[in-house]
Amino acid sequence: MESAVEVRDLVVERGRRRVLHGISCAVPAGTVTGLLGPSGSGKTTLIRAVVGAQVVASGSVTVLGQPAGSAALRRTVGYVTQAPSVYADLSVRENARYFATLYGLGAAEADRAVADVGLADAAGQLVGNLSGGQRSRASLACAMIGSPGVLLLDEPTVGQDPVLRADLWAKFHALAGAGTTLLVSSHVMDEAARCDRLLLIRDGRLIGDGTPAAIRASAGTEDLEDAFLRLIRRHEEVAA
Amino acid sequence: MSVSITLATTGRILRQLRHDRRTVALLLIVPSLLLSLLYFMYDNAGPTFDRIALVMLGVFPFVIMFLVTSIAMLRERTTGTLERLLTTPLGKLDLLFGYGFAFGLAAAVQGGITVAAAYWLLGLDTAGGIGLVVVIAVVNAVLGVALGLFCSAFARTEFQAVQFLPVVVIPQLLLCGLFVPRGQMSGWLQAVSDAMPLSYAVEALAEVGAHPDATATMWRDLAVVAGAAIIALVLAAATLRRRTP
Repeated sequence: MESAVEVRDLVVERGRRRVLHGISCAVPAGTVTGLLGPSGSGKTTLIRAVVGAQVVASGSVTVLGQPAGSAALRRTVGYVTQAPSVYADLSVRENARYFATLYGLGAAEADRAVADVGLADAAGQLVGNLSGGQRSRASLACAMIGSPGVLLLDEPTVGQDPVLRADLWAKFHALAGAGTTLLVSSHVMDEAARCDRLLLIRDGRLIGDGTPAAIRASAGTEDLEDAFLRLIRRHEEVAA
Repeated sequence: MSVSITLATTGRILRQLRHDRRTVALLLIVPSLLLSLLYFMYDNAGPTFDRIALVMLGVFPFVIMFLVTSIAMLRERTTGTLERLLTTPLGKLDLLFGYGFAFGLAAAVQGGITVAAAYWLLGLDTAGGIGLVVVIAVVNAVLGVALGLFCSAFARTEFQAVQFLPVVVIPQLLLCGLFVPRGQMSGWLQAVSDAMPLSYAVEALAEVGAHPDATATMWRDLAVVAGAAIIALVLAAATLRRRTP
């Protein structure tokens, strides 16, 4: 399968601390790939490296055949930060329409994205007056405008109620079905089963890479949380 | 740079401002109230009031827009919208000129109201025309915006950002010739004053106060202030990084 994102020997340092220790992985095109790991494991740093916002110490990140962060990719890569990065003093609609103009798109595309995340009824409200879950959906809507080829979502489902979470995952799969590549980070293992592929990351090292079924099989357990634990132990034994 | 993205950014910033009615009210009314205070301090209109009020018409937009912009830009940095914007096709100058236009426009409205109050309510008297005063006030405001955008790069919190007001604004205010005529300052102070853009803005306003028509000195001073604003915008662009540690 063709890769939309390729990461090779990626090393990232923050201050004197090494945050990513030579990660290599690939995100196949047209899939929903989950980036799973505990908080502080380096998920956000890896996503920032893929979007080209992170200074990297060594290694390479290629997105759709181009170096991460190159000017041509700014039109085709959508990015949602972990904290909702939308303007609190604008309405949902105003936010979406502003981001739409940055991509040369009109109000219709913006309003469709707002409806897609289930915020049509709240479109006129100021983002600052929304609940946390609504706010992160507003942020998501701004990234989905114009169907980018690659969507990088950093913990997009945190704080969403279960029904909306299911809706969002259905939406992610619909987008993947239409050819979009999604890299979705989460620290909730029950979301892992919803992904086509998984990247398991811990302490800045990749400890698992494959389909959920393959990861279950290699760990020898049906439960993904348990599989993650076994992989961590196995990894520690190898390191020791 | 893209014209449509710059204008969309200007529109977005003005829309943010519109949702914040209290800030709009403060922006529009406070300078006129402060001028009224001066009016009563100097026992109603007279030459001293004329001189100081004219300088203040240039100082207010500079100070207020510096403060408003540095906080607004700091918010872009701390809420993550800046990082996000820099992953889109938006150019750095689109963002900075967007701020310059938006707050420049706000300053034009503010300047119009303040100048109207100064001339028609408080009896300010100048040899030169009202229009020139508004133009100088707007260019000063843009200088304030540009310096605010630049300085916000060196602040991590709002507390730090407001501390740049005494650092950047007050020395310019002290040395601009309002308190001690620049010609009477010692040589090194004059040299420092010469390096500060606000000195030129104040001189330009004094020219409007003294001469019925726009003078060459006034245009040169205005060009210096505009040039300083452009340099500050370019420096601000250099502080925006698409990649951060």
